Amino acid sequence: MTSYLCKGNQSSMADQVKLHGTWSSPFVYRVIWALKLKGVPYEYVEEDLFKKSPLLQQYNPVNKKIPVLVHGGKPVCESMIIVEYIDQTWPHNPLLPTDPYEKAMARFWVKFAEDKGSIIGSLFRVSGEEHEKAIKESLEMLKIVEEHGLGEKTFFGGDKIGIVDIAFGAFSHWLGVIEETLGLELLQPNAFPRLHAWTKNFKEVPVIKDNLPDRDKMLVQLKGIREMYLASK
Amino acid sequence: MAEDSLKLLGNWVSPYSLKVKWALKLKGIQYQYVEEDLQNKSPMLLQYNPVYKKIPVLVHDDKPLAESLIILEYIDEVWKQNPLLPIDPYERAKARFWAKFVDDKCVPALMAAFSKRGEEQERAIKEAHENLKILESGLEGKRFFGGETIGFVDIAAGWIGRSAQMAGEIIGIKLIDAETMPLLDSWFQDFLGIPLIKECMPPQDKLLEHIKELHTKNLTAAST
Repeated sequence: MTSYLCKGNQSSMADQVKLHGTWSSPFVYRVIWALKLKGVPYEYVEEDLFKKSPLLQQYNPVNKKIPVLVHGGKPVCESMIIVEYIDQTWPHNPLLPTDPYEKAMARFWVKFAEDKGSIIGSLFRVSGEEHEKAIKESLEMLKIVEEHGLGEKTFFGGDKIGIVDIAFGAFSHWLGVIEETLGLELLQPNAFPRLHAWTKNFKEVPVIKDNLPDRDKMLVQLKGIREMYLASK
Repeated sequence: MAEDSLKLLGNWVSPYSLKVKWALKLKGIQYQYVEEDLQNKSPMLLQYNPVYKKIPVLVHDDKPLAESLIILEYIDEVWKQNPLLPIDPYERAKARFWAKFVDDKCVPALMAAFSKRGEEQERAIKEAHENLKILESGLEGKRFFGGETIGFVDIAAGWIGRSAQMAGEIIGIKLIDAETMPLLDSWFQDFLGIPLIKECMPPQDKLLEHIKELHTKNLTAAST
């Protein structure tokens, strides 16, 4: 890692790494963690989602979303696709297992995080019966992750964090803020002892601990979002 | 590779298990196929895929794997002949991006276009057309997404050509418009014309019958 940083190859355009994101997005943080774990220097560009820059629209014309990683002028979109790209381009400190079956299982859980994890975010945009339904689905989803995904392991990656831990990262810091904003407790320690322990262990990992958005700022932001939704009803 | 060490649990009409069949055929891999009755799922399926309880499931040396695109990547890693994904990390990321776009955007829009009515259907058709047009841009003027030969995205998306065409005929709407998306249209024709692709597909008449049944079910559900 040290020798890579000293190579000074970030000075050439061909190797320049830029990350376009927003300060509180868990999707952006997946990419930040991957870059930090690999010791890849990068330039961060904060995007205003209400006033998307022409650059963002050019780099991600399909859905104009962040994060976008731009490496040597070439854009890569979709957070977990970016993480796989980072893992393949900078292969030291691998985020994926080497065994093909274990690798495939890791990708299975990454996909699960992508497809099912968003149910928690949806809690902001629903109320009444739909809200109750989303809570029920969130709890079912957490149960599957606890029992089938994490099992007896400390981290999803085993003894150290890997790509699946990164994929589920939002459960560690963001979920608590969502719970506080909505007055819910989803990840109860009694109901989900292993997952609850994981959130603590994950946030203790130095790269993660040093790279998390400000909790108080997030609380203000999420309360604002919820209020806006309720006002629109 | 002994045939009994590799098993595919699938369903004759499912495009998701079709994708896996195509990948295995492309690489010349022998396997045992198990047809699952989706109205009456076997204990084996439930044991192999406890999270989703769905097909396809690939079982290699008793180790089960679910989710078609994940299975495709696994097959590509274990059996190196006729590679599906590009080696270059940037090209690989692009391929994964388009496969995800197909599943997340194109397929739901097409399904909604087929099953909804009235204004909802009109919106879904418009969205389906827009998404297919975007998908067309992913071809970048190439014959296939994989270049001169088929690859990951072709296998991930090619099945839409046949189903969307049939569904469109039934509801009287052109879902794949040769005029507005000529490159996509000719890609579908080229892809579906490849012998190994054709060989794995469900029989045309049975597929049509199945889609017609779905349409009838939708109409019945809409009127109750």
